[in-house]
Amino acid sequence: MDYLTENIDSLNQKLAAGTVSADELLQASLDQIDAHKNLNAWITVDKDAKPDADLDFKASKLAGVPIAIKDNIVTKGLRTTAASHILDNFVPVYDATVIKRLHKAQATIFGKTNMDEFAMGSSNENSYFGLVRNPWNLDHVPGGSSGGSAAAIASGDVVAALGSDTGGSIRQPAAFNGIFGIKPTYGRVSRWGLIAFGSSLDQIGVLTKRVRDAAEVLNVIAGPDDHDATVSERPVPDFTAALGKDVKGLRVAVPKEYMSDAVDADVRAAVQKQIDALQAAGAIINEVTLPYTKYVVPTYYLIASSEASSNLQRYDGIRYGFRAKDTKNLMDVYLKSRSEGFGEEVKRRIMLGSFALSAGYYDAYFMQASRVRTLICRDFDNIFKDNDVIVGPTTTTPAFKIGEEIQDPVKMYNNDILTISANLAGLPAASVPAGLSDDGLPVGFQIMGQRFDEAHVFQTADFIECSNKFYQQKPAGLED
Amino acid sequence: MNFKSTIGLEVHFELKTKSKIFSPSPVTYGADPNTATNVIDWGYPGVLPMVNKDVYRLGIMVALATHAHILPQTHFDRKNYFYPDNPKAYQITQFFQPLARDGYVEVEVHGKKKRIGIHEMHIEEDAGKNTHGTNGFSYVDLNRQGVPLLEVVSEPDMSDPDEAYAYLEKLRKIVQFTGASDVKMEEGSMRVDTNISIRPAGQEKLGTKVEMKNLNSFEHVRQSLAYEEKRQQQVLLSGGRVQMSTRRFDENTGKTYLERVKEGASDYRYFPEPDIPPYKIKQSWVDEIAKTLPESPMDRRKRYIDEYGLKPVDADVLLQTKESSDFFDSTVKAGGDPVLAANWLNTQVNGYLNDHRLELADVKLTPEHLAAMIKLIKDGTISSKIAKKVFAETIANGTDPKQYVEAKGMVQLSDVSVLGPMVTKVVDDNPQSVEDFKNGKDRAIGYLVGQIMKQTRGKANPKLVNKLLNEELNKR
Repeated sequence: MDYLTENIDSLNQKLAAGTVSADELLQASLDQIDAHKNLNAWITVDKDAKPDADLDFKASKLAGVPIAIKDNIVTKGLRTTAASHILDNFVPVYDATVIKRLHKAQATIFGKTNMDEFAMGSSNENSYFGLVRNPWNLDHVPGGSSGGSAAAIASGDVVAALGSDTGGSIRQPAAFNGIFGIKPTYGRVSRWGLIAFGSSLDQIGVLTKRVRDAAEVLNVIAGPDDHDATVSERPVPDFTAALGKDVKGLRVAVPKEYMSDAVDADVRAAVQKQIDALQAAGAIINEVTLPYTKYVVPTYYLIASSEASSNLQRYDGIRYGFRAKDTKNLMDVYLKSRSEGFGEEVKRRIMLGSFALSAGYYDAYFMQASRVRTLICRDFDNIFKDNDVIVGPTTTTPAFKIGEEIQDPVKMYNNDILTISANLAGLPAASVPAGLSDDGLPVGFQIMGQRFDEAHVFQTADFIECSNKFYQQKPAGLED
Repeated sequence: MNFKSTIGLEVHFELKTKSKIFSPSPVTYGADPNTATNVIDWGYPGVLPMVNKDVYRLGIMVALATHAHILPQTHFDRKNYFYPDNPKAYQITQFFQPLARDGYVEVEVHGKKKRIGIHEMHIEEDAGKNTHGTNGFSYVDLNRQGVPLLEVVSEPDMSDPDEAYAYLEKLRKIVQFTGASDVKMEEGSMRVDTNISIRPAGQEKLGTKVEMKNLNSFEHVRQSLAYEEKRQQQVLLSGGRVQMSTRRFDENTGKTYLERVKEGASDYRYFPEPDIPPYKIKQSWVDEIAKTLPESPMDRRKRYIDEYGLKPVDADVLLQTKESSDFFDSTVKAGGDPVLAANWLNTQVNGYLNDHRLELADVKLTPEHLAAMIKLIKDGTISSKIAKKVFAETIANGTDPKQYVEAKGMVQLSDVSVLGPMVTKVVDDNPQSVEDFKNGKDRAIGYLVGQIMKQTRGKANPKLVNKLLNEELNKR
């Protein structure tokens, strides 16, 4: 079984025809994971997992299909660590809503993918369980924070993975690994069971090789949930309905800030090719401006870190997770467990967020960031009055080298400049492969839509996928 | 030197909902530790709060009953602090946009009416409970975690402990009559924190505030404030400075003791709760809730006195609890004479409850039965003496008074054709009493009534017997 050439529909047909069994599919995934051990894409793999009994291949396309789960989504009975020492022994007692829905669709859930600790990072170098390597070049990072999910897809461990995206954590690794990744609208997918990082920004999404596969999975996990007050009551359309639609007349905005010199020339060139293809197919290309782009990184890091500083307070060594030894009193338990349990980047953001929320600084930092956030939203609303999608590069560079940026947090944070806005504004956004850089590393093409308009995002991504057929390429690093 | 006191109160009410504010766990009192909890209460990774809308409804009732302005949009905020009984390490409360602002209650102290302002009221979740074992371990019970609270913050409008006491009494009564809370200090469904500062008369600037938390009774509130007034005066008179601090009241010594000094305000790093969208409160919903708001104790008192002719003291006794006031209203509705109903409730019923240490809800007496009994007394079917027997039976066993009276043949004898000859015979048989009567000894008639009662085994209508005896004696 070569997952690099399969997709959910093809697997479903084979399962239905009986030419392959769900057990064999699961075994194929376990074998692939074993073969790609050097990537370190997985934190926990349950070798004793079994596909559902009584699989109904007609009722569900996901029936018997192994799906990878990012390790910040809680799975009942299956260890969930958020790649942190502080949760390295944590076995959840309940399933996230998305997991419940995947179970209902009879998908096979058997393992948890590596990530940056608590989803904080853009390189997957911040994991307690070690860094993840990029299948296209093992010396390069896979991106983050959903680096494990992206590497697992790119290397053919599975055809679909769940990720989460707070500032680009699905799209940036998707871009770095030459795969598709979509962060739906904030409020489209329930966050119940997603270990919180930045609650007003976090969104669960899907990483796949093929656009259609992501639409199939999103169809299953999206929709209202009485466990999450921030999920929209809107009915969920069939996302596959948008695929294959003609892009003639599609109004495509290209922000000039996204195609500036700050973006590598080869990245820009690869992206421009996709824009040209859209234009050639009859799409209307409009150059627009997003003047607040220069403020999005500080705005984002203030809001996300502030929320994180509060969300991560519950990890105190008292009720679950890691507790430090040799403690003298309550304060000692708190201090030692948290000092030893959290990694450097997590501590940095807790400190940053605590500072931004503290009395005397709240107005200058958190409040000011909230105001800028409102202005950024307004920017996007204006563009979407006359446009269906906004496109550009997903990242300013292709995957950088392991160790290259980890010592310079600000440089690392600036990686997210093109992806963060969609989180601040709650927009659906995806990354679809655009081609390869001069160094043979994948380049991502980002597509953003108006809130709850995933349909146009899928339509555009599907067009790009069909036009450049990047999915036919195999990651170079795998041939070693 | 004269001093002026400035007192403000923060009162927490547990709102009476079936389930907790953000989780489906039941609200219980006295259940085994941690049995009324779920993953939300434990603050497990990945959990999210879902607001129990009933909390808004009950909060709005209290806001309406205290004339507060309900904000058109309210939202929750996080108050961050570490403590074992606070599993998320933040409390979800309302800091920036509370449920309501600018209310008031009216009190009467030392014969003077005064309006005490309510600064704001907000909804929040309760924390769990820490207990410290003798074995060196501490224990956390999260049953209370997430129980909905309404915190009512007064303006610093009270200038002496008696006003604080009166405010608490009034506020408790108002909240109790909305039905939004059980308001039981002993069970923690009503909790009081006080703030007091003093300043020399004539000085504008307020003095330094001292806070006292978790006072057990209104009386302790009064005592602790009175003690603090004196203590702070002595501090100032001896040239000292009052420390901004939290103090604890010891009910055994009647004194307050320093618990911790506050150096500036604590930094709780408040920020808007991102997991709960802002909630719009429509005026139409408020109007609907207003329609369901039970009549306030003030309105009831007026009705009892003006319409029913009750004595103010009787009205006040009835209004001590919502239960007794409701029982009274139902009795009147069932046809019971209001004055008699009030008398029976305030004397016989209360006496019975006190003797047996019971609550009104614990006994089988219904307003319908009490009304039926009052009717039997009023129409002369039974005497008040008989009524006491009937009452004893009804309150103990829930027996229908009318059926009981009929079954036991307790109906009063009011037939003149039967009583007439008996009266004649008794007067004939007791010439000495006739003599005494003629000599102006009123007691004589009592003896004769007693004879008739004896012969009828208490069933004779005493009024009628009296009347017939007088007529008969005057004939002689």
